[in-house]
Amino acid sequence: MNKKLWAAMFLLGLLGLLAGCSKKENTNEEQTTSPSSEMKPAANATPIDPATAASVSGTVTFGGAAPKAQKIDMSQDAACKGNNVAETVVVNDGKLANVFVYVKDGLGNRTFDVPKDSVAIDQKGCRYHPHVLGVMTGQNIEIRNDDETTHNIHPTPKDNREWNESQPPKAAAIEKNFAREEVMLPVKCNQHPWMKMYVNVVKTPFYAVTGEDGKYEIKGLPPGDYTLAFVQEKMGEQTQKVTLAAKDSKTVDQSFKQ
Amino acid sequence: MPYNRAHHRFAVFAAAVTFLLIIAGALVTSNDAGLSVPDWPTSFGSLYKIPHLVGGVKFEHTHRMIAQFVGVLSIILAVWTWRADPRRWMKYLGLTALGLVVAQGILGGLTVLFYLPPAVSSAHAALAQTFFCVVVLIALFTARSWVEETPRIENDERHPSLFTLCLLSIFVLYVQLILGAMFRHHGLSWWPHVLNAAAVAIVLAWTAIRALSRYSGIDAVRRPAITMLALLIAQLCLGFVAFLTRVAWGHDAVQPEFPMVVSTVAHVAVGALLLATTVALAVQVWRHIPVAVGEHIPSRERKPVAA
Repeated sequence: MNKKLWAAMFLLGLLGLLAGCSKKENTNEEQTTSPSSEMKPAANATPIDPATAASVSGTVTFGGAAPKAQKIDMSQDAACKGNNVAETVVVNDGKLANVFVYVKDGLGNRTFDVPKDSVAIDQKGCRYHPHVLGVMTGQNIEIRNDDETTHNIHPTPKDNREWNESQPPKAAAIEKNFAREEVMLPVKCNQHPWMKMYVNVVKTPFYAVTGEDGKYEIKGLPPGDYTLAFVQEKMGEQTQKVTLAAKDSKTVDQSFKQ
Repeated sequence: MPYNRAHHRFAVFAAAVTFLLIIAGALVTSNDAGLSVPDWPTSFGSLYKIPHLVGGVKFEHTHRMIAQFVGVLSIILAVWTWRADPRRWMKYLGLTALGLVVAQGILGGLTVLFYLPPAVSSAHAALAQTFFCVVVLIALFTARSWVEETPRIENDERHPSLFTLCLLSIFVLYVQLILGAMFRHHGLSWWPHVLNAAAVAIVLAWTAIRALSRYSGIDAVRRPAITMLALLIAQLCLGFVAFLTRVAWGHDAVQPEFPMVVSTVAHVAVGALLLATTVALAVQVWRHIPVAVGEHIPSRERKPVAA
């Protein structure tokens, strides 16, 4: 193959790449109405009658023997101390933590205000806290570094804008948001390659993350037929249908197997 | 043309430091540290300050410092070659090396600014070894054996010619380099690289066996052929170990593990040596074993390539 052809292929590759990057650019869809983390409807949001609001809750379990947690070697940075076990699959007495649960379908064209309150990501002990985070599109995320070492925060999204910023110890919080829906968006630190977390960006406030006890609760849903999605970073997504009447409080449990 | 020992030794030194740079670059990729310094051409906002070398920064910034040193060496090598070497094509080869290192630096910067796109990162990996081959060739062309000795000539009457086999070897190695880089940078699956490894093994073994069976009397051909064969065997073994540690055992690892890092970096380093050795063999075959009568160039018109 002659040199000109190679050069042309390389340039085409670069152009394609630039096109791909520009496609990912942030089309910031931040909403400016008075948001509320308690999902009170505002002017341009679809109102929900609190008198009929229903809720769904449950427990996510792990079937079979819990996988042995992988150990992390933090020795490459003396400032990193703490729990040295990976959080890929966290099981306590059969209950599965860090599962993102959200209403995937059933809300139609309803719109919701973006909460005014920020959600926080802390870097402490060279780990991200929380390991799995839910946030609404456009909602502010405050990222803090509580460690005595520099971290870099590097989300690697598919549908949102990618960025990579370093944050020295005691530096001011970094404030970011994600414009588009994206579930299990990985965030990593290239200085400490074991540091990983997942941000889940959705357009509704109807989501939760299971705690150490595997429990979750989603409140304030209008009556209707819904598809609930349960997403785990390694084991993927499972869904369940649920019908909620006015003021219903239903239990929907889910089980994962590896 | 007289042999210039200082110039040759400097070229050898530049090639050695470039080899170190390739290892440093492989360490960056294997430790997933390519974006630990988020800016370029500065590092954490400074052009000259050395940051605290911990975590991924240790690999990335060390790679940048060695790269800067290689850049300086390339400038010196190009200027020195331009001034000291009477061969016009050598002057241009020195400039080519300089152009490649500049392009390589820019590609390295693009990998940081565009968050390691597979195409650019793979181009960075391939250009690194191309630059290494050019510096190795400068070292070869400035060596006493090349400059002062009269080459022993033997005609090649077989089809395909040994020179054709050498070119084919370089081609399959280059394809292998790109496939391997694309796999490492998440642009391709592992199987094209593994599949092409069979082609590499067949073509290079064919080339080495032909060179050793028919032209073992020519030192300049025998030595690189033996080296190429030894490196090929080592590289296949390292590739197998790298596959086990990265794909078979390490695909679920929560962080880069030591066996994976060591085997993969060694695989990259030996791959660079293998490519450079094959290029050197091709050059020596072109010099010592011209294509025989019956092909395009009549043997009477084919003069030995002297200094």
